[in-house]
Amino acid sequence: MTPPPSSAGKTWDAIVVGAGHNGLVNACYLARAGLDVLVVERNDWVGGAATSRSLYPGFLYSNCSYVCSLLRPEIMRDLELPKHGLQVVPYEGGVILKQDGGYLGTFRDHDAHRREIGRHSLRDAEAYDRYSAEVIRQCRFIRPFLLRTPPDPTSLKPRDVQELLYLGRKFYDLTETEMADTVRFWTMSIAEFLDEFFETDVVKAGFCISGIIGTALGPLSPGTAYVLLHHYMGDVDGAIGAWGFARGGMGAISESLASSFRASGGTVRTGASVDKVLVENGRATGVVLDGGEEIRGRLVVSNLDVKRTFLKLLEEPQLPADFVKKVKNFKIRGSSGKVNIALDGLPDFPALPPSAPFLRGDMHFTDSVERMEGAYDDWKAGRWSADPFLDMMIPTTIDPTMAPPGKHFMSCFVQYCPPKVEGHDWTDAERDGFAKTVVDQIAEYSPNFKDLILHMEVRTPREIERETGLTEGNIFQGELTFDQLLFNRPVPGYAQYRAPIGGLYMCGSATHPGGGVMGAPGRNAAAEVLRDLKKPAKDMSDAYPVL
Amino acid sequence: MRRALPREHFEKPLWHTPFHPRIAALMTHEQWYGWGGYLSPQVIRDEEMEYFAIRNAASLFDVSPMVKYRIAGPDAEAYCDRLTVRDVSKLKPGRVHYTAWCDDEGKVLDDGTLFRFSPTEFRLCCQERHLPWLLDSAIGYDVEIAEVTEDIAALSLQGPTSYAVLRDAGFAGIETLKPFDIRAFETAAGPVTVSRTGFTGDLGYELFVPPDQALALWDLLWTAGQLHRIVAIGFAALDLARLEAGFIMAGSDFVPAEHAIRADRRRSPYEIGLGWLVALDKPRHFNGKRALAAEKAKNAFRHCLVALDIDGNVPAEHALVYHRGKREVGHITAAAWSPTVKRNIALASMTRPYGDTVVNDLWVEIYALRELVYSKSLVRARIVERPFFNPKRRSATPPGVF
Repeated sequence: MTPPPSSAGKTWDAIVVGAGHNGLVNACYLARAGLDVLVVERNDWVGGAATSRSLYPGFLYSNCSYVCSLLRPEIMRDLELPKHGLQVVPYEGGVILKQDGGYLGTFRDHDAHRREIGRHSLRDAEAYDRYSAEVIRQCRFIRPFLLRTPPDPTSLKPRDVQELLYLGRKFYDLTETEMADTVRFWTMSIAEFLDEFFETDVVKAGFCISGIIGTALGPLSPGTAYVLLHHYMGDVDGAIGAWGFARGGMGAISESLASSFRASGGTVRTGASVDKVLVENGRATGVVLDGGEEIRGRLVVSNLDVKRTFLKLLEEPQLPADFVKKVKNFKIRGSSGKVNIALDGLPDFPALPPSAPFLRGDMHFTDSVERMEGAYDDWKAGRWSADPFLDMMIPTTIDPTMAPPGKHFMSCFVQYCPPKVEGHDWTDAERDGFAKTVVDQIAEYSPNFKDLILHMEVRTPREIERETGLTEGNIFQGELTFDQLLFNRPVPGYAQYRAPIGGLYMCGSATHPGGGVMGAPGRNAAAEVLRDLKKPAKDMSDAYPVL
Repeated sequence: MRRALPREHFEKPLWHTPFHPRIAALMTHEQWYGWGGYLSPQVIRDEEMEYFAIRNAASLFDVSPMVKYRIAGPDAEAYCDRLTVRDVSKLKPGRVHYTAWCDDEGKVLDDGTLFRFSPTEFRLCCQERHLPWLLDSAIGYDVEIAEVTEDIAALSLQGPTSYAVLRDAGFAGIETLKPFDIRAFETAAGPVTVSRTGFTGDLGYELFVPPDQALALWDLLWTAGQLHRIVAIGFAALDLARLEAGFIMAGSDFVPAEHAIRADRRRSPYEIGLGWLVALDKPRHFNGKRALAAEKAKNAFRHCLVALDIDGNVPAEHALVYHRGKREVGHITAAAWSPTVKRNIALASMTRPYGDTVVNDLWVEIYALRELVYSKSLVRARIVERPFFNPKRRSATPPGVF
């Protein structure tokens, strides 16, 4: 816990509640614009859901988010994150292990990738380029909107009209076919979308993955094609759709942001849990910590999700009734869990050729769309999936800093995992039952896996919410469905980062353009704050053009 | 359809073609490149010597990585007619024609050669992979489509002495093979399918055998070729020859429509100089016909492909084309100094009306790197006829011996 700064009684220019990556991005830009900024964080460390925690001697755990692609390069550069220790290293491949003993690998080499798919279907092998071209087309359409505040379609303010025209122009720049494809992409299920390109189950299962991660929807649910897009629109150094590891774990992102923030004169106070936002005469004037300490600020920016911000830090009577209702209805459902494991060595996977790069990438065991949907069916019934979907990584196959040589850290993202078990709160025994399905699934393909486990951290939505504050442990601070995107995120009429209370702003993933360790909501919110203060946004470079 | 591939296929993603042992033995500087997943020679020994083998004697180039599809069945002709823009009913068994195929919007997916072996059996040879498109287009046709790239080893024998090489290698009757004819020959290397085709604009042949006959075929040609100055060549030499011949390449002179991320990069056949292939009057419907007919009726082509003769001797690779030295009206897609025609030649994609009705006062901006300093010049470019080089020996039957 950071001791309270000696500046008790002072009024900060801005108080950012929550030191998640978006809170820190926001604070960095505000500090660079000359504001005196305080970040208050409940935990004793910064990062929110982008952390590297030492939970077993010698090991660092990326215990929430675990891979990086979406973090906008403009932000990394504006905030000088490399100078403050950030390095993102692309990872190498991936694999789906099949129940029949086979597998489908992914390779960075184009020809190897085509032949690997060709082992399963020649048609699918030759459909791959067609498919990637279509996905990249959609990514190119959406990318220019990431670092822009969504327009208010009901407003006649010149800026809104201008932004709405920009949106319209981008859409009308598309050909007739592209318009149709775009609308379909934003509304279809990922399974249906893939059916138009591929015929083989395991191939489709492979591409489905990005359509369901973090989402309380199954591959057959409409809207999941967009979720896939959300996972593809990032890049590692220009390689669109590529993902990488932050060297030192995802905490390296937050640590570099915090370091950049401090270098611009910002103050971070950890171990300081905000109980309420102070509201006086309809304006936010500071925060009250647990224990009653008041900190005054000319404005307050909340990195917390909308439910936590408005339903816990504020009183309902302070807010418009309709707004409160919409916040309550905002879909932010717990659907995933996490199992983080320290391993005494690298597990064997006898089904895989030893020379394959698969362990240096993402590994999966769900070999059909049906099994994936079946896992979702359990969630609908309020149970964790008996046959869960895993997105499993061993970052230490690439990153030498997270475990002693020869030892490994394994991150398992697990779907589906309900926020409550058949309507009641999770018990520890149930949490262990959830972990067992994960360990057993891996052990089915890796005979020595169980023997290598040194330590395991199991996180259901209960544990994720408890530590990060994310309602129901939803990794995106709210579903990425079309009804909750753009000017409808988080709530129609309040998509421009301003709360219905003067001086209160939102900067978390619950705002446009949504979740993932992207930083865009934090940056866009900073732009709005500075606009209100009529201050130039210093060091905020223009979004890179999409050529 | 799937293929039994070794699990370790990825360990060396650039596979060896059936002719690899012979080429590797000749290779002096290890100048390889990847062609569709195969290790292919860029230069085997000396690029200039290899180029002159094409124009002066005989060159041997391994075209096994060319993508090949077998199309067979009672409806094969009707299917190929629907798939491609040319009139396939006019393609007789034992003949090949150059063609192109489009998506429903009339944008070119690829160009290539269509071989007709019999009334019911065809082979499509091309640069890109199209299996999903071919299969989807086959719905309703009694036809089987198979990807057979790896089942057929192929060599391209090109140059003025190529006929003499085949004659001396025992291809009896080769002298009567006319341009675009296909014929099977019994040889010491087993049965060989030969077509009088190529990518050099010169006298030349393409030879096809099952992979297990590949080395025997190479050796047969190599031995017979010794008296006729045969040289094994890499792609660099071929690329220059194909430009002289005015041939375009997918991925270089146009972007295949299925791979084009940006809609405005797609091209109709009319926009890349392939309008002469489009048989709008053929009886059967074909993919893209409606769009192409409308485009033609409205004269709505946005681009055109032209051959340029450029002043000076500095190749205009990647250069922009200007009208009156100011307005940007196109870009060069391929350029070289031609050793054979002694001209500075190029192909350019132009935005109409430039290159079409506005053909004068065109300029090319060339950056020439000379000892680490760029020398920039704006030079005159004139639109000329393609091909740049078209020798009589190319089509003479019987061919001359050199």
